[in-house]
Amino acid sequence: MVCSFRGYASPENYPRAPEPTFVNVAFFIIALGTLATAAVAMSLRNLIHSALLLIGSWAGIGAFYLWAGAEFVAFGQVLVYVGAVSMVVLFAVLLTRHSRDDSGFEPDSIGRAVSALIVGGTVLGVLVGAVLSTPLKSATEVPAAVQVRSLGLQLMGPHAAALLVVGVVLTVALLGAVVIASPDRPADRKEEP
Amino acid sequence: MSAAPSAHASSTLERWPIIARDFLTSGLPEPWRWLANSLLAIAAIIIVFASLFAVLTLLERKVLARVQNRPGPNRTGPFGLLQPLADGIKMLTKEDIVPRTADRLLHTLAPIALLAFSILTLAVIPFGRNLVPIELDAAVLYFFAAGAATELAVFMAGWASRNKYALLSGMRALAQLISYELPLLLSVVPVVMLAGTLSTVEIVEAQGGWAWGFVPQWHVLTPWGFAGFIIFFISALAESNRSPFDLPEAESELIAGHLTEYSGFKYAIFFMAEYFGMCALSGLGVTLFLGGWQAPLPFLEIIPSYVWFAVKLLTLLFGFMWIRATLPRLRIDQLTRLAWKFLVPLALVNLATAAFWSLTRDWSGALQLVRWALAIVLVITPFVLIGRTLTRGIAPRTYRYA
Repeated sequence: MVCSFRGYASPENYPRAPEPTFVNVAFFIIALGTLATAAVAMSLRNLIHSALLLIGSWAGIGAFYLWAGAEFVAFGQVLVYVGAVSMVVLFAVLLTRHSRDDSGFEPDSIGRAVSALIVGGTVLGVLVGAVLSTPLKSATEVPAAVQVRSLGLQLMGPHAAALLVVGVVLTVALLGAVVIASPDRPADRKEEP
Repeated sequence: MSAAPSAHASSTLERWPIIARDFLTSGLPEPWRWLANSLLAIAAIIIVFASLFAVLTLLERKVLARVQNRPGPNRTGPFGLLQPLADGIKMLTKEDIVPRTADRLLHTLAPIALLAFSILTLAVIPFGRNLVPIELDAAVLYFFAAGAATELAVFMAGWASRNKYALLSGMRALAQLISYELPLLLSVVPVVMLAGTLSTVEIVEAQGGWAWGFVPQWHVLTPWGFAGFIIFFISALAESNRSPFDLPEAESELIAGHLTEYSGFKYAIFFMAEYFGMCALSGLGVTLFLGGWQAPLPFLEIIPSYVWFAVKLLTLLFGFMWIRATLPRLRIDQLTRLAWKFLVPLALVNLATAAFWSLTRDWSGALQLVRWALAIVLVITPFVLIGRTLTRGIAPRTYRYA
């Protein structure tokens, strides 16, 4: 309670450029954490454990936004993903599992496996292409912190359509979770005692 | 509508925490000084709120007891003052039982995560004029982001216990927490709209000054603010799992809900997290609606700002305990119906009322009376209409005796 950042790191005192090594080390730690939790989440058999690790990965992305100085986006990420999408995913998993044993690991059929690879590969290709072809300048000086008010005006004005589309993200998460969690082979459905 | 900085703002009583902090850390070089300041703030918050937690457990038992016309704890120390100490010793020496088939890691992680996120929410509340741990531009959003993660911990507790009652109750608790998140957020939006900022520090400063020299400009003293405060209070009760919304953890419901398989220190941590959440939500309510650390009258500004914050906080906490002592528990369907069918429409109408209030800011003279009258009508009419519609056929009860 005795610490007030007023006069040191309050919004009007930005920009404050930290040491370059701290910046890189922090970025690597955050990136490692995010990717590691996501990778382990994809490899676990227990679906709830996977979901919880994925939530950790989303929180890692929120940490990345904080590292990059986008506070509003970071809090929005935590609020939407860790706070809402995680609930949706967990409810979907719980309400569609018949038992809490391991989920089936093998793909349902060769056709499904091939189409999954194709779709995943396409998304990967699009993302990599977009990242490599965009001229991302590295900032020579730390930019001034964006005020929330200007963010709000931008979101309500020129980018309102994007905001509405983003609102669909919860529905997409629910559908994805239900599709992943529900057993669709008749052999998987266990009879109720 | 912020007041000019008062003469008391730089008095020693107000500034002694800053003076003490600077005395301790001024010798350090720049990045280390920031770190030391942050650690001091964290330590201060934990010490103050952990002590408050201990006092609150005793206070709650005493208040509940007095309402029920009995003395409450009075054996351990004078007036039962050592009761928290006795409870602490009991909790620490109890055996920590984890069911054999339970998910050990998650079982241990759940109370820790709950406590951690509850403490995180305390970081943006302005406890006094110079006493805000972090001054963020999007402080209100940060508060709700940190609070949203606590719901996850409740679910983890219910699922990791490998107990069907705990799982069922964990899902009910999650449903309750999600349902009441919406009225909570919707009742805060008018405040943000009228203060024009998401920063808690600026919201408190926007409630400064006195109309006609003696009426404080707090948001609760406006029609939309009053309705918003009541909706916020009810939602805060539900978000912190307090009576009458304590279905998830009550003893008569599904054993002890998601806490069934917890004993000893982890149980104590759950309750510490609940009280911290209660304090954080009350603190936010004080900040957004009751004027934060502002004094109610100009001549009372001699009393430092953090004392006023403490007085308002303790008043709200006493209100929590009073309600617990008075009202019976709600069922899960009554809970969710109250949230979705009553509070959410009222909160939306409150948003419209606040918008009307904001647009008619320039009305003056006799039009001010019209503004107030219209706003009061806009607040009361939906409340009466929706209340009557929802209780048609149910209330008032007629008792027939054989």
